[in-house]
Formats: sequence, structure tokens, C-alpha cells
Amino acid sequence: MAILITPSTKILIQGITGEFGARHTRLSLDYGTQVVAGVTPGKGGQHFEHQGHRVPIFNSVAEAARATGATVSAIFVPPPFAGDAILEAVDADLDLAVAITEGIPIRDMIRVKRAMQGRRTRLVGPNCPGLVTPGTGPGSKGGCRIGIAPGYIHRPGHVGVVSRSGTLTYEAVFQLTSKGIGQSTCVGIGGDPVNGTSHLDVIKLFNADPETHGIIMIGEIGGSAEVEAARWVREHCRKPVAGFIAGATAPAGRRMGHAGAVIGGHEDTAAAKIAIFRECGIEVAATPSDMADALLRSAAARGIKLS
Amino acid sequence: MNIHEYQAKALFEKYGVPVPKGAAARSQAEFATALAQLPEGPTMVKSQIHAGGRGKGTFTNGFKGGVKFCQDKAAALAMAGNMLGQTLVTAQTGPAGRRVQTVYFTVASDIKKEYYLAILLDRASSRPVIVASTEGGVEIEKVAHETPEKITKVRVDPAYGLADFQVRDLIAALGLTGAEAKNAAKLIRNLYTCFWETDAAMVEVNPLITTPAGEVLALDAKVSFDDNALFRHPEITALRDLNEEDPKEIEASKYSLSYIALDGNIACLVNGAGLAMSTMDIIKHFGGTPANFLDVGGGASKDQVVAAFKIILGDPNVKGILVNIFGGIMDCNVIAQGIVEAVREVGLKLPLVVRLEGNNVEAGKATLAASGLTLVSGDTMADAAQKIVRLVA
Repeated sequence: MAILITPSTKILIQGITGEFGARHTRLSLDYGTQVVAGVTPGKGGQHFEHQGHRVPIFNSVAEAARATGATVSAIFVPPPFAGDAILEAVDADLDLAVAITEGIPIRDMIRVKRAMQGRRTRLVGPNCPGLVTPGTGPGSKGGCRIGIAPGYIHRPGHVGVVSRSGTLTYEAVFQLTSKGIGQSTCVGIGGDPVNGTSHLDVIKLFNADPETHGIIMIGEIGGSAEVEAARWVREHCRKPVAGFIAGATAPAGRRMGHAGAVIGGHEDTAAAKIAIFRECGIEVAATPSDMADALLRSAAARGIKLS
Repeated sequence: MNIHEYQAKALFEKYGVPVPKGAAARSQAEFATALAQLPEGPTMVKSQIHAGGRGKGTFTNGFKGGVKFCQDKAAALAMAGNMLGQTLVTAQTGPAGRRVQTVYFTVASDIKKEYYLAILLDRASSRPVIVASTEGGVEIEKVAHETPEKITKVRVDPAYGLADFQVRDLIAALGLTGAEAKNAAKLIRNLYTCFWETDAAMVEVNPLITTPAGEVLALDAKVSFDDNALFRHPEITALRDLNEEDPKEIEASKYSLSYIALDGNIACLVNGAGLAMSTMDIIKHFGGTPANFLDVGGGASKDQVVAAFKIILGDPNVKGILVNIFGGIMDCNVIAQGIVEAVREVGLKLPLVVRLEGNNVEAGKATLAASGLTLVSGDTMADAAQKIVRLVA
């Protein structure tokens, strides 16, 4: 078991013929992910070929989903058109749309998020590395890789990872795998100020997933999403949770790479978030090198052995 | 992207947001022509820099006040000479201050009362929020902390836009009636249109004022834009003032590097924003101070690595460099070759610690070892950070 995606999940790629989309489609196919369709308007009827794979391309998401049974979309469409691409996935009633694209205007995302209200599709991202549910093959092959994460660093197991940052997710996963601890699902929710799925949404899913035994939550300066998640953890989460917040040394008011990583007031600093994590019983990693160990400490304190 | 007050007010006027009449000047020669556009009488002289706290700022030549009231235009003309070309230090500029390259003259308005009005993104609801307060002309953070009941917030549904009842709520919260209420309602609607149509990240009017004549005016204007949306606003992109930006940050943006200068002495070069931020944090954790934030992105090329080294070495405070790369997809050996070439090209003399992890890492480490360069290898982030802190100490 895992959350949101399993190795049998059928996915389609919006923007499969672009350089970025094509590159990561090949890597997902190599990983063993069920990429069953691509969508590029105007290129319907063509095929995306890679090492014996022949993925049909469609003009629209609805058409691709109808023809192939795909339930999840990975969106690699350039920023000016990405909002439209997300809405197309929503309109096709997919289960999940994962927007990898970085640089979507905030106003577009405000409108997209409003238009998604009451619809069945969940959005992860934008500006995110996507999701990985590791498989049981060598280098965790045979899993479901949606997005741009390196598949081979994973290992199937029972730790859920949720993060706003791609490279910090890889760092945490690598630490876990190096210690022989596997992951149920890793979810990169993205670094934008207006995004779909939140830390809290993912933590609720991990808490309800019997195969997830421990959780690493990685956040950063800006906004209050980590605080909201931490308060819920204190009241409802029965699993060990470790946390890390990036940006303790970031100057106020400056955007640190991610559009959403900017300190707005005294409540969204790293120090404030770390203090709330501690209050809520989350084991705080003192440095990014300490993320896996922090989870092990939290699990050991509860007598849980992670694998 | 930020713009100057005089540019923001020109934008406001375009959207029907009333401002006091004003004119900008970029040289001594332009003072008289600018002032000629204003009526005779009390005049404000305002230094134009991208930082707040101008009124309470001090110039490096000792002159106090970046915003001054003058009884008449002749006094304003003389006053402007104290500001133009001088460096103004405010609470927000840092000790280096900013050079004033434009002076803005405005009619000094008769103020009946000051208010606060701003529109920005409310992250929690993913909607624009209009923030209004009866306490204007002071720091809004202070008001929010000490008297939060004096702040009213209205979240706008993007599907409908700003509704009339919401405007009425704001007007009521500000306690405005009669002609003032009518004028303020129009100003709020127009300011919202300006915010929405220009893809602004924030518009802030502090203070918004009423005058004895019943006018409602934006006495100050601070506007910033969503960088992601600039591609569809060439007229706004044209307002960018490179003088207000760090030259190293401008150079970095040419190579798609995300760089922010800080005041420490350990430079870092990292892939990924989250990892870059936490690399700064771990340097601090082990007793050092980071000199910069630098994200070379997911697919760092050799050219980018060379450019990145040149930029961080352009900072005279730098005493050592920490490279932290988690090569998930990209080949660590390619990165290692980039580092070796970059170090040779720039003739690096400072201590360099490299932490390389990920795809094809063994080949990458072999490349670094075979290069003959005097660099130190770090196994984990913690190990690498401790090593560079020791080398710089």
C-alpha cells in the first residue's frame, strides 16, 4: 500500500513532446511506471517511442483518459499554458493532476484553484518534483514515478515523506535508503505560494495508510502550511513524525529561489515554525543531515521499528 | 519585481486611483522643469529608492531625511539638491544604503486623517486579500501586533471579483461617510482592478488620506509584481530599475542562477532552492556565516558552474566555498568536470569543500581526486559544512 499512487496506476503526460516532458517520460518508463498516454494538442495520432515502449499521443486529456484508462496526469506544460493544462485534467475528472511546471503566474493559480472547488480531481504542485511510490525491483524499479525525482535513490518501505523542496526530499530519501529504511510514498507538494495539496492533506493520507509507519515533513520559510499540519499532528497523528524547516538564515522579505519562500512576518520564520513543531511533538532535525536520524529517534521513543 | 513610488503613482493614475499631483526628476537640470508642472505652494521632495523608511533615513553625507516638506517650490528646488546623487541609509537598505537617482516632487496635501490600504495574496485562502486600517502612516506590522482589531481584511472571490458589499464593509470599517465614502469606494475598486490586471504581488498605500475638501488620495504607493507574470506585461517589465539591484544578482540572472548576496564569508553553490537554503542554515549551525544563497538549478551546465564561481568570488568577503550538489538525475561526473574546469579558469586560491552525492558519484569523486586541485571532499552535508567552517576560521 501507498498513498495516491501505486505501481499499477496508469498515468498520462501533458506536454510529452516537449524536451522536459519527453526526458522525464523516458526516465519514468525506465523505472517501470505505467505511462499509458501522452497529450500534446495537434499531435494526436502520433506515438512517443522509447526502448520498445510505444505511448500513444492524444489531442486532449479527456480523449487520452477515455482511450487508455489513465487516472493521473503529470503536467510538463510551459508556464503560460500550465493553468489551462491543469483545468483540462480537472475537466476530464482525473483522480490526480501533478503540475511539475515552475513559474506559473500566481493569478493563474488563484483562478485555477477556485475553478477546482467542488471537482473530484486532486492537484499536487505546481513547481514540484512530483511523487514516487517505490517498486520492488532493483533500484526500486517497478514503482510509480510521476515527475522529476531520481527513482533509484528510493527503496520500498514504510516511511512517508512530504516536502515543499525537491532536492531536500531527495536528501531525506537518500538518508533513509542509506540506512536501509524504505518509503511508502514520497510527495513533493511544491514551492509556490498557491498550490494544490498541502502538507496537512498529505499527512492525513499517511496517517490513514496502514503501510506508512513514520513520516518526515520538510518545510521552509513563508506561509503557515507547516504550522497548520503540525497542530493537526499534535491532535490526531499516531505515527512518529520528524520535521525540518529550511531558511533559518534567510533574510526577511527576500524570495529564496522558490516563489513561496519569503518571510512575510514574524510567524513564518524558520524559528517560529520549529518552535511550533516542538510544541506539537514533532522531532526536529537540527540540520538537513539529521532528517532520517530524527525520525529514527521519534520512532524509537514510541517503540516503533521502521523498515 | 519592485518599482519606484513615482512609477507606482503613474500606474495608479492610469487606473483612476487619485494621487497628489507630482513630477519626477533624474538630474539637477530637470528639477525646474519638474517643478514647473506643479502649482506654487507647499511641496514634498521625496527620494526614490526601493526601500521603506525613507523619511526617517539618513544620507551618508550626514543629511537627515529622505522625504522633506518644503513651504514653496523654491525651497523644494534647493532641497532636492541635498538628495540627488547621495546615498540614503534606511532601516530597510542595510548599512550600505542606496544611491538616490531620482527625486519626486509632489504637491503637499492637506491631511485630514491617515488610513492604511493594501492588497496582496492571502496564502491560506489562495485569494487576494484587501487589508484596511484606520491607523495609517505607521508600520502596519505594529498595528497588527498591538491593536489587531483596528485591521479589517476582505478576501476576494476570484470567480466573482470584488463585490459591492465588500467595498461597503471596508468603507464602514474605515468609518467614512458622505463624499469621502463615495470617493474611497471608487478608489478601492480601481485599486483592486490595478492589482488584478497588472499581476501585482502587492499594492500598498500607506498612508491613504482624506483631505478637508473630501478628497481621498494615495499619498504613498508601494507596488511589487509577480515575476512569473512579467512575460505578459512588457510595459511593467520596462519599469525595472537595475540600479536598485545587486550587480551580482543581475549577472546571476543572465545564467539562470538564483543568487542572493548575504553578509557572511562562506560562499555556497548548491542545486535546488530548498537544499541551497538549508546549506546556508547548516553553515550557521556549525558556527560559520553564509555569504550567499545560490541555486544553480536542476541541470547545472559547466558554463553555469563557471559563472557561479565567478559571481561568488566577486564578493570580497568570501573566504571559502562550499559546493553541495545532490545529483539526482544529472550525472555527478559532469558536475565534477564543471567544478574542475571552473576552478582552473578562475584560478581559485580559497579553500573549497565539495560534497557530491547521487547519480554516478564514484566517477565524479574520481574526477575531483585526479584533478590535482587542492579541494576537500565532504561525505555528508554536515561533514562538508564542518570542514569549510574549520578551514575558514
